[in-house]
Amino acid sequence: MASIDVEHVSKIYTGGVRAVTDVNLTIADGQFIVLVGPSGCGKSTLLRMIAGLETISEGQVKIGDRVVNKIEPAERDIAMVFQNYALYPHMTVRQNLEYGLKNRKTPKAEIDARVNEAARMLEIGQYLDRKPRALSGGQRQRVAMGRAIVRKPAVFLFDEPLSNLDAKLRVSMRGEIKRLQRRLGTTSIYVTHDQLEAMTLADKLVVLNGGRIEQIGAPLEVYHAPASTFVASFIGSPAMNLVKGELHGDKLAIGPAMIDLQGYTPASGTVTVGVRAEDLRIARADEESLPFRLDYAEELGAQRLIHGLVGDQPITAAVSPEMELLPEMRIAVDIRRLHFFSFETGKRIPGHVPAEAKLAPPEPVL
Amino acid sequence: MVENRPFLTFLTHAFLLLGFAVVALPVYVAVIASTHDLQTLLTGSVPLLPGSHFIENYSQILTGASAANGLPNYSHMAMNSLIMALAIMAGKIAISILSAFAIVYFRFPFRVLAFWIIFVTLMLPVEVRILPTYKIVADLGMLNSWAGLTIPLIASATATFLFRQFFMTVPDEILEAARVDGAGPMKFFRDILLPLSRTNIGALCVILFIYGWVQYLWPLLVTTDTGYYTLMMGMKRMVTAQDGTIPWNFVMAGAVLAMLPPILVVVFMQRLFIRGLTETEK
Amino acid sequence: MDTKRTTFNNRLLPYLLLAPQLIITLVFFIWPAAQAFKSSVEREDPFGFSTVFVGLDHYRRLLTDPNYLDALWRTGIFAVAVTVLSMGLGLAFAAAVDRVTRSSRIYTTFLVWPYAVAPVIAGVLWWFLFNSSTGILPFYLSKFGIRWDHDLNGTHAMILIIIAAAWKQISYNFLFFLAGLQSVPHALMEAAAIDGSGPVKRFFTIALPLLSPTTFFLFIINVNYAMFDTFPIIDATTTGGPAQSTTTLVYKVYQDGFVGLNLGSSSAQSVLLMLIVMVLTFVQFRYVERRVQY
Repeated sequence: MASIDVEHVSKIYTGGVRAVTDVNLTIADGQFIVLVGPSGCGKSTLLRMIAGLETISEGQVKIGDRVVNKIEPAERDIAMVFQNYALYPHMTVRQNLEYGLKNRKTPKAEIDARVNEAARMLEIGQYLDRKPRALSGGQRQRVAMGRAIVRKPAVFLFDEPLSNLDAKLRVSMRGEIKRLQRRLGTTSIYVTHDQLEAMTLADKLVVLNGGRIEQIGAPLEVYHAPASTFVASFIGSPAMNLVKGELHGDKLAIGPAMIDLQGYTPASGTVTVGVRAEDLRIARADEESLPFRLDYAEELGAQRLIHGLVGDQPITAAVSPEMELLPEMRIAVDIRRLHFFSFETGKRIPGHVPAEAKLAPPEPVL
Repeated sequence: MVENRPFLTFLTHAFLLLGFAVVALPVYVAVIASTHDLQTLLTGSVPLLPGSHFIENYSQILTGASAANGLPNYSHMAMNSLIMALAIMAGKIAISILSAFAIVYFRFPFRVLAFWIIFVTLMLPVEVRILPTYKIVADLGMLNSWAGLTIPLIASATATFLFRQFFMTVPDEILEAARVDGAGPMKFFRDILLPLSRTNIGALCVILFIYGWVQYLWPLLVTTDTGYYTLMMGMKRMVTAQDGTIPWNFVMAGAVLAMLPPILVVVFMQRLFIRGLTETEK
Repeated sequence: MDTKRTTFNNRLLPYLLLAPQLIITLVFFIWPAAQAFKSSVEREDPFGFSTVFVGLDHYRRLLTDPNYLDALWRTGIFAVAVTVLSMGLGLAFAAAVDRVTRSSRIYTTFLVWPYAVAPVIAGVLWWFLFNSSTGILPFYLSKFGIRWDHDLNGTHAMILIIIAAAWKQISYNFLFFLAGLQSVPHALMEAAAIDGSGPVKRFFTIALPLLSPTTFFLFIINVNYAMFDTFPIIDATTTGGPAQSTTTLVYKVYQDGFVGLNLGSSSAQSVLLMLIVMVLTFVQFRYVERRVQY
């Protein structure tokens, strides 16, 4: 068990390309951290630097109290689960699980005990004498996890471990990983590009973009108060609507429509306004609303996503499937759920419209 | 076959059988000729059916008839051919798998230069630079020795290239998993890379065994001591060294013996052979 | 040139691993090649006591020597004839075997083994078949009024070595063409059949164009083979004769060097040959690079 400190870490490749820039991150013992971001954001590079598979160009990484920059991966007391499983194809499942322990000269009895325990935990007992090629994707994934578990390392590192599985299996394996990590209490770092996976697994979410950390926080914190337009559009599905607006005092103009912020003045001039699809609804005739020209609708069953334009800016709203669809509609917005971002930098302007603001009654339509 | 056309299929089979007959003709004639005595062969035209001197011809060349030409008997030469082919095969595989391992799994100064030095040897068949190579071997005192026969032939860009290509297809994560599992370079090589390369090594064995077995010019030049003669050189001596008539019955028996081992290897290890051939020459 | 994403960081080990291969390459390949180049610009006195630098003299003389130019021309004819003959037959066999899916394995076995026959033996076998006193082929040819004699007739000798060389190479071409044909998507053939093209037309309009990379690759390989690997065939049968009529470039390097002991000229010929090989290899390598991309 160990905490991890990542201090001012950068990765600069020959030729000067920076994959990771000045990352600072503290991971408490037993915490489950998810690094999330689009491909090429440096999340895997960061993970691989912690693993020791990539050299650290600047800064230092501490596992426990030990600076590990110069230490071989095998000596860092970590275990890693790879995207394509990386099982040794010529060895049986048992040999795969044993290999790391044998290299460490673990006594035979101890190896057997650990392998059997891991096999029981992951329910792979009946495959122990098979070769990986005879296993399904999900079974291989379990073996890969087993290989990490038997080592009893201080840290688990997961590099997109579920992205080769089909959608259904991914959901169930996600649950298993979470349960396993809870049970073992091992500090874990998990890399994924799938924001849903990130949200559901993380104790703490680290959103990366262009080699830098955009935001660190608990999943709901990040969801409800994204630190930038990047995070706002990356976390959550459908992505947060981001439109251009003009602030004059507490009056917000979005295209032809005007919204009264009821005394709240986050900034003045041009801002980027964010609103989640579920914070929009179809307006009643008597309330303040925005004109919405319907483009198309997506049925999700419980919800219906309607895509269209407000002025000339695209907007998506999540509405009840019972509502009648018209080519021209009006939608209302809960102003306390508006997010404001600097138009120039995309950074969040802190604060919300206060809760006591006078509102159109938010009761459900119907 | 997309549609069924019995007549065309019949023609195809007929063509293939005829083709096989033509391709096999010289070997068939050789086998037949090796069962007759010399008088029969010199009557003007070779008979097309086996004769009665099979045992006589073969036992004579295997135990010493050809000694008349100053040649060792065929069992001795066959043994030499076998030693030479196996040594070249093993040597080539050993040195090229090691160098491919170095080139793919390490980063070090002059790596690319080393690769190119090895690669240019692909361009230089021994026949092209035969005289200077001979001089070097002579200067090193390696004429008439197993070392001189085999070592200059075991540097192989082809095998190195094949192993390199194969190693590049081994997922990076396998190496990373092994490193996390605490395997150093040689342990990784022995425990993981070598077992994974099994099929490739097998395929190369077939190709390189044949390569070594059919070597001609090099042994011809570096060995004057008949004790080192291989079957290929025996062949050459039998058809040229003799003044007057060539002992065709023995020549053909010798040819059959010299053809047999590599043909058997190809036929019985066809899958590995085809794989080796199509992979190495890319 | 790429390595793995991660590598081992030992410093000395990679050099040790490379050492055997590199030492052999340097001693038996690079060094002799350099020697060949050196002797190609020098002349030794008849007793071998001293050498003088003569620049490109040997090259100039070679390129104006009718013997050398003849050999060059002859090698070209030989290489093209061997290539066309063996590739043509290889392709025909491959197309046929590709048609009879069910028995393709057995026919493949029938056709691949000549690859394993040593060139020297291939030469001797055909020589025997064509031998004027024992061979069966001259007997049949005489019925057509042809008096076969490869010991005296240069054209006959050339035909003999072309046949022997092409015979041995058919298996190789066959295997590559077969692999190429079998990788033509089945759906493509079916689509063409639905479009109303018959088996023969399909072969010429679909399979053959798709085989063009293989064809090009084999062409280079075969030219290479005909130029260099056929040495034993010539040496065991015609020894370059009669009257030089089967002396190819490689055979001439050997003859002038080992038999004629003309070191300078032989070395210059070696260097020229190396240039030819390099051009061929370069072309082939470009092709390999391209193929790797898809």
